[in-house]
Amino acid sequence: MRTSRFIPILALLGAVVLVQLLTLAGGKAFFLTQLTMSAYYTLIVIGLCLLMGFAGQISLGHAGFFAIGGYTSAVLTTLDLAAYKENPLVAMLAKAGVLTARQDLYGGSLLSVHPWAACVVAVLLAFVIAWAIGIPVLKLKGHYLAMATLGFGTIIYSIVLGTQRFGAADGISSVPPFPLLFGVSVSGDSSLRVLNYYFAWLLVTVAMVLLLNLISSRVGRALRSIHGAEDAAGAMGVDTARFKLSTFMLSAVLAAVAGVFLTHYNGGIGPSEASIMKSVRYVAIVAVGGMGSLWGTLIMSVVLNFLSLRGYFGSFDDAVFGGILIVIMLFAPDGIIGADLRRLVGKIANYKQQNSNKSQ
Amino acid sequence: MALLEVKNISKRFGGLQAVKDVSFSVREGSIKAVIGPNGAGKTTLFNLLSGFLLPDSGAIVYKGRPIHAKSPHEIAQQGLSRTFQHIRLFAHMTALENVMVGRHVRSRAGFLAGMLNLPWTWREEQEIRERALSLMEFLGIVDLADANATSLSYGQQRAVELARALAGDPAMLLLDEPAAGLNMRETADTARLISRIRDLGITVLIVEHDMSLVMQISDEVLVLSYGEKIADDAPRAVQGNPEVVRVYLGEDDA
Repeated sequence: MRTSRFIPILALLGAVVLVQLLTLAGGKAFFLTQLTMSAYYTLIVIGLCLLMGFAGQISLGHAGFFAIGGYTSAVLTTLDLAAYKENPLVAMLAKAGVLTARQDLYGGSLLSVHPWAACVVAVLLAFVIAWAIGIPVLKLKGHYLAMATLGFGTIIYSIVLGTQRFGAADGISSVPPFPLLFGVSVSGDSSLRVLNYYFAWLLVTVAMVLLLNLISSRVGRALRSIHGAEDAAGAMGVDTARFKLSTFMLSAVLAAVAGVFLTHYNGGIGPSEASIMKSVRYVAIVAVGGMGSLWGTLIMSVVLNFLSLRGYFGSFDDAVFGGILIVIMLFAPDGIIGADLRRLVGKIANYKQQNSNKSQ
Repeated sequence: MALLEVKNISKRFGGLQAVKDVSFSVREGSIKAVIGPNGAGKTTLFNLLSGFLLPDSGAIVYKGRPIHAKSPHEIAQQGLSRTFQHIRLFAHMTALENVMVGRHVRSRAGFLAGMLNLPWTWREEQEIRERALSLMEFLGIVDLADANATSLSYGQQRAVELARALAGDPAMLLLDEPAAGLNMRETADTARLISRIRDLGITVLIVEHDMSLVMQISDEVLVLSYGEKIADDAPRAVQGNPEVVRVYLGEDDA
């Protein structure tokens, strides 16, 4: 059981290293930028996969949580409190390291929130909002839940688009790098491209390990039972409301973390990240990945996000994801990787077994 | 001693009085049956007992504590487990996994422990698995452990559902028509099984249409008609009760 979870994780790490070496050998190191961005988007969709594929609850508002993370971090790390230096509260926060002084593009001095502190605030905010939205909304089922989460996404989109402080249609730019360890930071600096690629994928790997553990635990079983027959799950003692809410909050936190880091990586965030089309895209990726398959979702996320970010879908970008959703729902509601790949692996295993039986 | 006590409970759906002022009690370690013609309010009564419905008035006291305002999962956690008239197994899960969910109330690994795969959760998982398998052994369905639960035959699904309800070590079991859709031999097996479950020390309350099964295994029989209690007695006495005969066989024409 446990080793079978271990091997795919090693394979993932191996693939991450292999891809980096291939881009190096092929002179395509710039691909790493899109692969890094894909990693952050993958963080959102694997969280959404837990919510949709395992707990059976849809969300058409997850771009909203990504935006809550990204915008909170962007606002806090770009605001300037230098004028309030004398304020005792500001002085205290500066002393505690929550605020940090840095230079802006024109050499002026800025006093803004440290990215780590901003990240904590962003994640906590997403956590609290997911809780507050989740309690009423998760009482709904099916179409009604889809519509309610769509409403939430629309509200977040309207807020970021209509608020001057959030840069309205322009979004927020010149977001500072996010310092990690040893002078390495999450930023678009091309000298840090390789390290950023590894950091993003390490984050995905850690999230993947945590989620894979979760789905094969008592909680994962309870989530699938809610998906299978919610009333019977309740009759078996599963606190269905609490489990659905916790899953919703966990996936919202993953989306917010992705939002925080991608915003620092890109050096900014715009309202399109909060748009409904983004939420639809995440749902489409989970669907094409096989709904209940974290690995299928991860693979499809990398492939589709990479192609999209490289511009292969041209101006039909959103249409491609809408089209995928229709085609998958019509012809392969179990996804194109999930069931077929499992059947294929099963066939190969059987074939091997038969051969070894023959040779005996 | 009464394990479950129902006091003057009523439930109305719009213009329909589904359960009207019903009172009864279930002795610890006994098998009690609820019978009555279609629409007598038996399933409504079960849904009230298991927390799926809130009563309009009256009280349900289980182990000395009122439970009529509790939600289904809280009632299950107190050791009152149920099966469904229309089998409600978890789709896309194996029979074993279905039974393991039944052990939910006797285990405690949460989100954090699950994500971090803490060592104590391995032991807990092991215990859940072993308990589920031993129950499947008890019910003679251990061979079906890895089969997809919803692909099993009707009788097998009933057995899986029963194993699932037993997996939480309930003190009391509510069985909603456990013999529905079963042939005569399977019904007889079910009767023996319910007696064996009682012998394990589990109190059983059962809704059933099959009279031979009810009369054979029950210690007491409660008869409902149009939501009202018309008899609550030993099987023999109920069979001889003129009111019950009238309800079941219709008015005498003469």
